[in-house]
Amino acid sequence: MLEKALALGMKEEEYHRVVEILGRVPTETELAMYSVEWSEHCGYPRSRALLRLLPRTGKFKTLIGQDAGGIEIAPGLAIVFKMESHNHPSQVEPKQGAATGIGGIVRDIFGSGARPIALLDSLRFGDLRTPLARYLFNGVVDGIQSYGNSIGVPTVGGEVYFNECYRGNCLVGVMCVGVARAEDLISARARGVGNSVIYFGNSTGRDGIGGASILASHELGEDEEKRPTVQIGDPFTEKCLIEATLEMLRTGAVVSLKDMGAAGLTCSTCEQAAAGEVGMEIDLDQVPLREADMEPWEIMMSESQERMLAVVEKGREEEVLSICRRWDLGAAVIGQVTGDGMMRVRHRGKVVAEMPAKSLAEAPLYHLPAEEPAYIKQVRSFDPSQLPEPSDYNDVLLKLLASPNIASKEWVFHQYDHTVQTNTVVAPGKGDAAVLRLKFSDQFSVASNQSRLTPHASRLGIAAVTDCNARYCYLDPCLGAQIAVAEAARNLVCVGAEPAAVTDCLCFGNPEKPERFWQFKRAVEGIATACEFFDLPVVSGNVSFYNETPASVIHPSPLIGMIGVLSDVTQHLTLGFKREGDIIALVGETGDDLGGTEYLHVIHGLEVGAPPSLDFERERAVQRTVLEAAQKGLLSSAHDCSEGGLAVALAECCIEGGIGAAVELRKRQDTSRNDALLFGESQSRIIVSLPEQRVNDLLNIAQQHGAPVTMLGKVGGQRLRVNDLIDVDVSALDRAWRGAIPCLMNA
Amino acid sequence: MNFGVVVFPGSNCDVDAYHVIKNVLAQPVDYVWHQETNLSKYDCLVLPGGFSYGDYLRCGAIARFSPVMQAVQEHAARGKLVIGICNGFQILVEARLLPGALLKNVGQRFVCKFVRIRCENDDTPFTRRLTKGQVLSMPVAHGEGCYYCDAATLAALKANHQIVFRYDGDNPNGSLDDIAGICNRERNVLGMMPHPERAAEAILGSVDGRGVWESIVQG
Repeated sequence: MLEKALALGMKEEEYHRVVEILGRVPTETELAMYSVEWSEHCGYPRSRALLRLLPRTGKFKTLIGQDAGGIEIAPGLAIVFKMESHNHPSQVEPKQGAATGIGGIVRDIFGSGARPIALLDSLRFGDLRTPLARYLFNGVVDGIQSYGNSIGVPTVGGEVYFNECYRGNCLVGVMCVGVARAEDLISARARGVGNSVIYFGNSTGRDGIGGASILASHELGEDEEKRPTVQIGDPFTEKCLIEATLEMLRTGAVVSLKDMGAAGLTCSTCEQAAAGEVGMEIDLDQVPLREADMEPWEIMMSESQERMLAVVEKGREEEVLSICRRWDLGAAVIGQVTGDGMMRVRHRGKVVAEMPAKSLAEAPLYHLPAEEPAYIKQVRSFDPSQLPEPSDYNDVLLKLLASPNIASKEWVFHQYDHTVQTNTVVAPGKGDAAVLRLKFSDQFSVASNQSRLTPHASRLGIAAVTDCNARYCYLDPCLGAQIAVAEAARNLVCVGAEPAAVTDCLCFGNPEKPERFWQFKRAVEGIATACEFFDLPVVSGNVSFYNETPASVIHPSPLIGMIGVLSDVTQHLTLGFKREGDIIALVGETGDDLGGTEYLHVIHGLEVGAPPSLDFERERAVQRTVLEAAQKGLLSSAHDCSEGGLAVALAECCIEGGIGAAVELRKRQDTSRNDALLFGESQSRIIVSLPEQRVNDLLNIAQQHGAPVTMLGKVGGQRLRVNDLIDVDVSALDRAWRGAIPCLMNA
Repeated sequence: MNFGVVVFPGSNCDVDAYHVIKNVLAQPVDYVWHQETNLSKYDCLVLPGGFSYGDYLRCGAIARFSPVMQAVQEHAARGKLVIGICNGFQILVEARLLPGALLKNVGQRFVCKFVRIRCENDDTPFTRRLTKGQVLSMPVAHGEGCYYCDAATLAALKANHQIVFRYDGDNPNGSLDDIAGICNRERNVLGMMPHPERAAEAILGSVDGRGVWESIVQG
């Protein structure tokens, strides 16, 4: 049995612990169940201790459940959201890996009782000039569009970055946002001895066995054949599941609910039982199977998609089953809640597994050693003064705009349905974050043929964004993670939303290597300190380790998803310049920050230096200034300065607005370099444009908050002019920026 | 004007159409389940967008066999109104309520963006509040929206003024003759790929789609 345990990815000491808990040698089924539940993917044994650092409260009331967390943005109105990764499956089979990633996160959201209203994707691939990166990028986008479009949940935002460090491990972080009346949310805590356990959705097959324990909790070999561990998504069934689930929740017969995601039937049964401090008994002969001869351990470990598990009040099973029949979904009563705290599994009349449910749900806790990697000192000792300054800044700007990290992502988001559900107010590419109006909390029931609308008069809206500059995190994981939080919040402010809450998707290498664990530890500390300062609770998240191969390891990538609130959605902002004659102003200040920039990478082939510093107080002052100015309707546009610095941000404002600008930038000191002035990535900077008569109002607001503001120039004409350094036609900027990714993908 | 929005399993724009009819146009509206066979109370049926029955085969190929479709045929035969949007257009074509076929987009990819369409016939129940030549901005979102038919059918469509909308400028899917929407000879059945229900409120960036809905209501 020990050998079997090791083959299932368990450690030797974990096997002995199982023997100790049971007081005997485990059965094959029991071993399989422990192996998945204690894997990093499900039980977080290596990360749990650090995750406790993350703050859980903020300005808005937090609703933290088992699968997805959320906030109450108005009395009784909940926004539920979570980001989750599907990295390993996507590297192995990009289309289905990404598609099933969407399926899983969407089930987390409606499994909590919320209607999914938006998706965002945070994607990372290797150098787009390589065929492998193009294959993965193409496949992942195809998977997202095929699944997301079909289920009718708009994909409204996200980001894509390319870096060689993702060559062997692409990242697919998927965030789903849902809306619900707070009273309609349902927990994943089983209750009530005698209540029925109902399985519904697709039948169980041999697909995805060991997805969580073997695929996601170990390093990928470069040429290993792991395709059979990836599942195939069925968005049609998912769409029917969304409707059927929300409909059955309205009956009031459902006590608790959980999707069968990683570790399938094992996790959905024992975690519900453990959370409710009850036991559960199931009979595998009642489980709808695709193949009759499946072994009990295969049934318990299968990760077949689009399956849910509900605990339903005894005597009210038919209410739930009839809804499933109407949506043509398979459903069966497979067991009941018991009072003895035991997880008991029967198969053909025999008990094949019997253990305390809690012992499965409480994975061991490891405190791993952390050690600063040697490269940190080396890359940070970089001195940019040795670099030659470019002679042609027009050329540098055009090259940066054509860098896939900066270039337009239209090629991606035009493949995603981002307007279905008719809530999309700021569409992808139009602003620094997506903005949605909130129309109603839940939509309809064909059964009663009525729509349950919340009051339509509300102007409440939300904004959503994902962010993470992993290069900064590579150079300084703590600061990089803080910047990811600050920048996500800044992006929200730039569309006029007040930052409210965070979900994190923490993607790292092998935590058993002390240098990698150090990166993880520092990044979590960074997120914790930044979220603490900005009063942002982390309401949900996920950890993905082992994103490395013998030949490559990813940069530490703590992907941040953030939700903001607009009290009046009609006051949203977009990034494009709007009107000839508008004044362009910079809220914030430009330093000499060349470390870790896209400029250094694209023009000089370097990933070195210290990332730009982040002053929390300054950041808050800048954000509060822009938010207040936005809410008072003073601004025509707002855009965060990020990769590519001021010059790229200005170019984007011109391209999106289809209008030029003439700008005069002042150096901080005479010795400052022009490349740092134009392309440096100093934090806490937002470019705004506004009518001249409102400039004084802006200055007053900025003064109250203590934010510096400089007038840069004016909107107008058809060229972007910056000092005597840049002078390019907006149409040329547009071509370079818009054409880059289609050109690479059609190559 | 009594509206019915048909719901197939996999429809996903049913809620959007329902919302516009009820909250923007303030008209009575019901959802109509795909197994319903009595549609006598409705004046106008909406076949909404989505992926009916998953559309794992040719889009709309399964939906045409749905119990409700026989009733839709009868409803249309009585001269009552049917509007099929996106997947609804695909279903109308599969059901032969409209001629031609909708092929995979020429770019082979799903495309979602705002496009401009031009009204080519303002003498239909769906366009009488518009004027011929009027250009409207509204989103498309489809993978199989490339309209195709043989030369004789195209000639007939033109001769009978059945081409109701054409893409203006950018043709997002390679449709024959830039066709974005057509009606039947009798003018009471319209199919279109762009989404007028996604362009009926100012907050969403365009109210141009409202003209189609108001034509139906005020006709």
